[in-house]
Amino acid sequence: MAGVRVTSLTKVFQGSVTALDGIDLDISEGEFFALLGPSGCGKTTTLRTIAGLERPTSGTIHIGDRDVTDVAPGDRGVGMVFQDYALYPHMTMSENIAYPLKVRRVDADERHRRAAMTAAELDLEDLLERRPSQLSGGQQQRVALARAITHEPSVFLFDEPLSNLDARLRLESRTFLKRLQSELDITTVYVTHDQAEALALADRMAVMESGNIRQVATPYEVYHRPASLFVASFIGSVPMNLLDGVVRDDQAIEVAGTELAIPEHARGLVEVGDEVVLGLRPEFAEVSDTERADALAGEVVVTELLGTDYLVTVEREGLSIQATVRGRPDVGGQVWVHPDPQHGLLYRRDSGLLVDTAAADQQDQPSDATG
Amino acid sequence: MTTTATSDDRSGIDTSRTMRRIGFALIVTVIGAFFALPLLWLLTAPFDATPGLSVSWPDWTLANFVEVFDNPQAGSALLNAMGMSVATVVLVCAAAAMASYALSRVQIPGRDILLYVMLLLSSVVTGTAAMVPIYQLLFSMGLINTYTGVVLILTGGLLPTGIFILKDFMDTLPRSYEESARVSGASPFQVLKDIVIPVVRPGLAVIAVWVFVQAWGNFLMPFILLRDPDKLPAAVVMYQFYTSGGQADLPLIAAFSLLYSIPVVLMYLFVNKRYGFRFYGGLKG
Repeated sequence: MAGVRVTSLTKVFQGSVTALDGIDLDISEGEFFALLGPSGCGKTTTLRTIAGLERPTSGTIHIGDRDVTDVAPGDRGVGMVFQDYALYPHMTMSENIAYPLKVRRVDADERHRRAAMTAAELDLEDLLERRPSQLSGGQQQRVALARAITHEPSVFLFDEPLSNLDARLRLESRTFLKRLQSELDITTVYVTHDQAEALALADRMAVMESGNIRQVATPYEVYHRPASLFVASFIGSVPMNLLDGVVRDDQAIEVAGTELAIPEHARGLVEVGDEVVLGLRPEFAEVSDTERADALAGEVVVTELLGTDYLVTVEREGLSIQATVRGRPDVGGQVWVHPDPQHGLLYRRDSGLLVDTAAADQQDQPSDATG
Repeated sequence: MTTTATSDDRSGIDTSRTMRRIGFALIVTVIGAFFALPLLWLLTAPFDATPGLSVSWPDWTLANFVEVFDNPQAGSALLNAMGMSVATVVLVCAAAAMASYALSRVQIPGRDILLYVMLLLSSVVTGTAAMVPIYQLLFSMGLINTYTGVVLILTGGLLPTGIFILKDFMDTLPRSYEESARVSGASPFQVLKDIVIPVVRPGLAVIAVWVFVQAWGNFLMPFILLRDPDKLPAAVVMYQFYTSGGQADLPLIAAFSLLYSIPVVLMYLFVNKRYGFRFYGGLKG
């Protein structure tokens, strides 16, 4: 059992491509930590560097109190699950699960016993003598998990383990993974490009973009207070509305000719004339069919059923807003979209950072925006 | 097309189609016979009391095989060939496995050109063109008249093709297999032994059979490099089966040829049964 500490990690590929640009992470013991970002943001490189499969250009990695920067992957005490599971096709499931033990020269009987034990924990005991090609994707994924568990690592590393599963199975596996992790209580670093997966699984998460960390926080905070416009646009299954505006006075901003209340978190932190972006999640936009002052008027152009709610797209000249509502408004009807000032978010247009006291302190070093 | 005309037309079409099929079958039969005759000779002549160079219904006897076993050189020649071929197979497979794995995984500039140049030159190494330099090279190394010399030359000639074929197999092997093994704590050698070799075993089998056939049937290299008559392998010894009258000893050659072809056939059957001669990557067969 150990935490993972990554200090000013950089990785430059072939002398020119900077994959990691000074990453700092402090993952505590037993924590489920997600690395989230679009492809090419460096999340997988970070994970592979922690595993020891990539050598950092500079920076250090500690697992527990031990500096493992120059330690071979097999001696770091990590278990890893790959995106394609990497099950050895010529071995049975039992042999696959026990391979880390075989490498460690555990004798065959003990290997078999422990493989069977791990398999039982994951409901795989009936499949021990089968080969990977005879298993379904979900079963393969659990075998890969079992193999990562058998040698009792102190850190789990997951590289998009659910992305090869179909949608339904992915949900089941997600719940299963979360339960397993909390039962085993093993520090876990989980790489994904799926924001829903990160929000659902992680205790804390880091959002990455082009080799930098943009925010490290709990999923709740990342969702409700994204530290920058990038994070705000990346998180959320329905994208956040981002509306350009200008501060008019200490109570109001002007967005496309309409005065709206300044979100509560930003009051007193902006000055008249500041160029800002109002971030508004569709869930926190109230739609009414009667006129009101602090709301953006527009015409309903599309309605989409999301399940219990409808996603409504409202348009007016040069502006398009999405909101979720219970009842279905008529397409073509006039509505007023009122941003809830408690949940609205205000960003500075030049730096892209959230307007708050912490961000104001850190404006010199925008890449360290840690919310 | 009207309905009344249909049957006439169809019978016309049927006739021409039948003619074409008969013609095709004839051509195939002639071509097949052309290639089958030598094989047929190989099956009948050894059992014929007076074998000639033509295929005829044999006058059944096993006396030719008795002659083979009585010949002092024949038996040892087969053993010599077996030893030489197995040694070459082992060397080529071991070296090709390691080299192709490395070449598949390591990015070095000009890697592909290197491979093609090696492939091109390899046919020269065991060919007639390099006869004299090879002789001189082995002479100065003191390897003339040794199996080591012959095996090394054969290995050198066959290795590039072996690497080339095996690299194709290695390229299809996902890197995550090795990475997963490394995270599990395996050393590079363990990765090769536990993961890479077993997964590319069909490729190794293909190479093993191919190398065996090449080494087993190679005449030129042992012929120039081995001086001692007791050391000669089967392919060379056959060349020396003359009667006291100076004529080719056909009963002996026929029976010996049949014995000579058995290991290759057995090996092919074994590998085909086990691996089904699957070709991956660029080679489809």
